[in-house]
Amino acid sequence: MTSTIAPEDHSPEEAPAVAHEGLEARAAVAERRRGFLLGLPAMVYLTLLFVLPFFIVGVYSFATRSATGSTRLSDWNIDSYVKLFDPLVVGIVWRSFWIASLTTVICLVVAYPFAYYIATRSRAARNVLLVFVMIPFWSNFLIRTYAWRFLLGSDGPIAQASEALGLGTIRVLFTPVAVAIGLIYGFLPFMILPLYAAIERMDWRLVEAARDLYADGWTAFRKVTLPLTKSGILAGSLLVFVPSFGAYVTPEILGGAKTVMLGSYVVRQFQQARNWPFGSALSIVIMIIMLVALIARQRSGAREL
Amino acid sequence: MKASKTRYLRGLAALVALSLVATACGGDSGDGDLNAQAAACEPGQVDGDLSFYNWAEYIDPDLITAFEAEYGIDVEYTEYESNESMLAQVEAGGAVYDLVVPSDYMVDTMRQEDLLVEINRAAVPNAVNVGAPFENPPYDPEGKFSLPYQWGTTGIGVSYAALESLGMEDAPSWGMIFDPEMSSAFAGRISMLDDAPEAISAALKYLGYSIVDVIESNNEAAVMEAGALLKATNERLAKYDSVNFGDDLVNGEVDIAHGWSGGFFLSFDEADAWEDYAYVIPVEGGVRWVDNMSIPKTAVAVCSAHTMMDFLLDAERGAQLTNWTFYASPNEAATPFITEDIIGDPAIYPPPEVEANLELIPNQGELALVFQDQFTQAKG
Repeated sequence: MTSTIAPEDHSPEEAPAVAHEGLEARAAVAERRRGFLLGLPAMVYLTLLFVLPFFIVGVYSFATRSATGSTRLSDWNIDSYVKLFDPLVVGIVWRSFWIASLTTVICLVVAYPFAYYIATRSRAARNVLLVFVMIPFWSNFLIRTYAWRFLLGSDGPIAQASEALGLGTIRVLFTPVAVAIGLIYGFLPFMILPLYAAIERMDWRLVEAARDLYADGWTAFRKVTLPLTKSGILAGSLLVFVPSFGAYVTPEILGGAKTVMLGSYVVRQFQQARNWPFGSALSIVIMIIMLVALIARQRSGAREL
Repeated sequence: MKASKTRYLRGLAALVALSLVATACGGDSGDGDLNAQAAACEPGQVDGDLSFYNWAEYIDPDLITAFEAEYGIDVEYTEYESNESMLAQVEAGGAVYDLVVPSDYMVDTMRQEDLLVEINRAAVPNAVNVGAPFENPPYDPEGKFSLPYQWGTTGIGVSYAALESLGMEDAPSWGMIFDPEMSSAFAGRISMLDDAPEAISAALKYLGYSIVDVIESNNEAAVMEAGALLKATNERLAKYDSVNFGDDLVNGEVDIAHGWSGGFFLSFDEADAWEDYAYVIPVEGGVRWVDNMSIPKTAVAVCSAHTMMDFLLDAERGAQLTNWTFYASPNEAATPFITEDIIGDPAIYPPPEVEANLELIPNQGELALVFQDQFTQAKG
């Protein structure tokens, strides 16, 4: 790399320019080196704890499951990937997809007006409201999910209220509805925060200009506010969809092991079915789907959170 | 830039290769040492704190305290919910478990996969207390890898009120779970074990199959039929649960629960609900199982594990175990110390004509995946 700045190839009259160029190039090399050193800990971390495990999972996904259930790192094959097209697996993927989509859409519908409301308050009020959004994070997610089990249970307040009102017994716990409620509750802040950031950053003069040009409130929102906050919508949707799609804890607790989602199904491959190659293939596919979603978002031009 | 990327990838490939070699070899190193270590153990010898990995709610905590006091070591006691999750932990390595409690078929699987240490019976003098029917069992023909812990049955826990309304006081049937007409009155108030072999076996019994025949003849169609039955039953179930099935029953969350005998009795006892609930073995027959103490290859304190086995196979302590768990004891010498209520309970010590109808679930071998997939599909 340093050979490109060797001075002896050049004629004397070009010398000053070359020397200057050489200095710049050297400065650039030094800069790169500094950058490399600064980035090294993160690179090592990512390589050891993400790239390497990802490769190992990838290798296992082509391995063989022996008759007794142990994994043999030989007779490499793609059986595990073929099995992904089994109607059972497709059904579970589809269920995970629609529950995650439902969660995302409801989060968006609930979070957008709320984020809008926060962003248009005074600075002091904004900070207080944002703290309220964050407060649930102070207690353990598992405990909060178990609390929903009580709330939705057959002896819980919701069931009692519906009985007292003469609406009969409603059974929510251990259904997909309970799972969706748990996911919406858990991931709503991930939608509010990026939306808030996008709305708060928006140049309100553009909305004023739209109104000056006789756009009504709805048109101004649709043509100005919404496109300008698109990055927040995309970021929030991704932050809600991705973890919902692979969720494990919420469906396990509120779905009562009856509404299998992808996360539980992957765990089952390792803990119960003892099919490591298939569990690995599933994990790889989930990761690829996530990557595609992330890349699509990058392509769409929304780079900032 | 290109050069450094290639170097990066090459380094990465080397790392991957290295770690694969490490995982592949990890399990094999020192196996022989563990068997030799076990062979050298003396009765009552301890060689470090004991890591005991057992089923949930499966020992009188006083027994652990007594063991710790007697031998001056600590017992790190952890619990699991299914044979398969225990196996996954042992197979993955990493964690130390000195003593585990696999059921019959799981002893067979672990033994065949070379995951168990040979037990040195000389270091377990109380092994002579084990009753003749539990010597050289089919899942461990030479008795080299396991000593029995407790045995019991899998059936149905149900309220007397539900039994009466079903008219099944005298002849309880799996139909109360699987028959759409009989069980429709209890839709949403039925639970089943979250355990593929147990759930599929219950369905096989209802369908009139012998579990042993189905597995030995590799009868995949029968397992699929059982899976389809479970799937059709799913809409009437509240949930699948292998830990809280007894508590959910006495708390009124469910009226009918598929589960293990002792688990129900423990809940009946804690809630003082013996009057209202019963554990029944359906007329079609059910599952009989034997849980065993085994030393996995993840063990370190091999002699401490032998000493714990000996401790639990003592006559009085064996009885204390059964008096607490409400499961039957394979320890014949313990019989005089077990309470009358338990010895005389036909639901715990089934009479011969009932026992003839019970089956041990064999190692599912090639069918294990079909069992799991059918179960997952049913749960879908």
